[in-house]
Amino acid sequence: MATEASASSSDFIKNLGKMYGAYTGGFIAFIILLAVLEQVGVPNKILGYLFVFFTLAVYAIIGVMTRTAQVSEYYVAGRRVPAFYNGMATGADWMSAASFVGMAGTLFLLGYDGLAWVLGWTGGFVLVSILIGPYLRKFGAYTVPDFLSFRYGGNFARSLGVIVLVACSFTYVTAQIYGTGLIASRFLGMQFELAVFAGLVGILLCAMLGGMRAVTWTQIAQYVVLIIAYLTPIIILSTKQYGIPLPQLTYGQAIADIAAREQQMLSSGLATVAGLKPHIQPFINYSPLNFFAIIMCMMVGTASLPHILMRYFTTPSVREARQSVAWSLLFIFLLYFSAPAYAAFSKLEVYTNIIGANVGALKPWIFNWGELGLIQICGKNAGSIDAIIAACKSIAGHPGVVRLQDFVINTDVIVLSTPEIAGLPYVISGLVAAGGLAAALSTADGLLLAIANALSHDVYYKMIDPNAPTMRRLTVARALLVVVAVIAAATAATKPADILAMVGWAFSLAMAGNFPALVMGVWWKRTTATGAICGIIAGFGLCLFYLVTTRYFPGMGVKYFGMTSLINPLTGAPLVDIAKAMALPNAMESFPTLAHPLANKIGWFNLTNIACGLLGTPLGFLVIYVVSLLGREPSKEMQAYVDDIRKPRGRTVLEEKTT
Amino acid sequence: MADSASMKAREEAHWAKTSRLMFTHLGVWFFFGFIIHMFVVPLNKFTIPIVGFPLGFYMAAQGSLIVFVVMLFMFARQQDKIDREFGFAEED
Repeated sequence: MATEASASSSDFIKNLGKMYGAYTGGFIAFIILLAVLEQVGVPNKILGYLFVFFTLAVYAIIGVMTRTAQVSEYYVAGRRVPAFYNGMATGADWMSAASFVGMAGTLFLLGYDGLAWVLGWTGGFVLVSILIGPYLRKFGAYTVPDFLSFRYGGNFARSLGVIVLVACSFTYVTAQIYGTGLIASRFLGMQFELAVFAGLVGILLCAMLGGMRAVTWTQIAQYVVLIIAYLTPIIILSTKQYGIPLPQLTYGQAIADIAAREQQMLSSGLATVAGLKPHIQPFINYSPLNFFAIIMCMMVGTASLPHILMRYFTTPSVREARQSVAWSLLFIFLLYFSAPAYAAFSKLEVYTNIIGANVGALKPWIFNWGELGLIQICGKNAGSIDAIIAACKSIAGHPGVVRLQDFVINTDVIVLSTPEIAGLPYVISGLVAAGGLAAALSTADGLLLAIANALSHDVYYKMIDPNAPTMRRLTVARALLVVVAVIAAATAATKPADILAMVGWAFSLAMAGNFPALVMGVWWKRTTATGAICGIIAGFGLCLFYLVTTRYFPGMGVKYFGMTSLINPLTGAPLVDIAKAMALPNAMESFPTLAHPLANKIGWFNLTNIACGLLGTPLGFLVIYVVSLLGREPSKEMQAYVDDIRKPRGRTVLEEKTT
Repeated sequence: MADSASMKAREEAHWAKTSRLMFTHLGVWFFFGFIIHMFVVPLNKFTIPIVGFPLGFYMAAQGSLIVFVVMLFMFARQQDKIDREFGFAEED
């Protein structure tokens, strides 16, 4: 039985190229089929449904086919995933709804300063590979807390690891489920709450029966969908406008055109100097400190996020784990180096065809998004021509053409509206929706699995019932997965206000909580259990304190902790008048709007709380170092284990009972 | 005894070389992640011929990203070479 299973699974690995090749071809044929259906007059709504249900059905089928009853398959996909495919799965795991839908919009809004996110969400993989990932693979853990527990003397360190993991993953998964709800409600016209739970069913079908194994093979399928969906519209757009199907190169011209148009808008009075933020001018949305702080926190956060690290537990060898990180970044790079092209093409379109246009002569695609409240002109939702004309008339001295200050666009619209801007058929819009859904679902799968695995493996099996038989372990794991998923969906359905900032916070929390202990555990043998435990508590604690105080208790921050107002990077003026704000108790708690890219108004050193990891992490390292030196050095056995982790050859340090 | 002593020496030499490689890559990472972007304003005075990007903008939007990808493939090979040199690599 066992040999039969392993023989059939090695056949499975050998045929991966054929299978996913056929799948990709099938997907492209499906797009062409829908394009034909559109031409013969099938309504858009039906096309949208077909897209979403076809892709969801494929993920669900893969999820069901790859179900498993083996522990090592459930937790680490049997450690058989080749580097190339694991790279693809990590790409889908990594790229969330925020990357797919939000990134281009952020770049549209912030120009150069938005590139902090592009840099931050790519460069971290260098740290994964050189500092942590391959060593954890050699160690042989199922979860990140596994390593902390083994290296740092048991269940106290393990429970700290679980707390950090849940803190950073839960907020993040909530944002993903929110993202699925948003996309489904926009494209299918479903009610938002209903869409959230429909997305939830999709996620559970993928992850519940097969754990890591099922999630891996669906994530690869989801990567194919999301990357085709992301690149197709701008490749067509670039070919149409510049004759070359390489948007990543042709948008250089668009940037030059934007700069020229910006000058023109200023000289013709369509924009004011105060209102126009030149696209390529650096440090006008973030101060240099915050720009580099965000890059640092996103990068180090990448190397500390459990759902990313655990993807590298699934490769057959340490060598392949390293190669796999490189493949991951290549697949991620394909999307991230295209995002600025989306931003530039959209911005050029808005600046040339909307700004300066007569309010009565706007293109119809605007109204589709205006109706949903995502585009506003003259302070009102741009639902129809009449609404816009009326709104602009009511502004005293309005010239009758749209000025820059009259136009407000929600950042999510940039990617979703590009097919319409380019005048492409609806089938491309449907494709983009399917891609956004794939991005949100795949990330949600990875995160849910990370949380549920920590609870079932670390808390239940390792701490509560170490003698639990395999069947019960897997049942508990599945039950917990459903419970966590339902809680996350219920949270998402309430549309929490801070949802976008939460993704940024997750990185800082992971960085402050995990990074020092993981790096020191591998790279410095002298690190003691007490040192690491103190370091995790101090680093994570300081990060959490800064975040919570600046966001929710700014008054206390000013009164007791010497916090001051952040500075507007453009004007150098404080964001809030502290004396006034202290008199009005809620003045500093109101959340800075989307147009303001910082998530807090007061703090230390003018530092945004998204980058609170920059405070916690150095403290974590320092505490680990000092406390370790004060204590006795770790036992000879422990030091020998660390030596073992450093050598790829040989058995894993931790041998899990698998039957 | 001699065996374990030579093992110890091999481990130390392997780790010294691995550490050196790590610091080299960390240095390149820091340069392209941070240092170069501190000079974005002067770099923007240069325009890349034909495609027309200001250089400072280009480095943050694409240049550094390409460096990171290439670095990771190189690192995987270099570290593997070190592991093989000391006999610590996994069997193929």
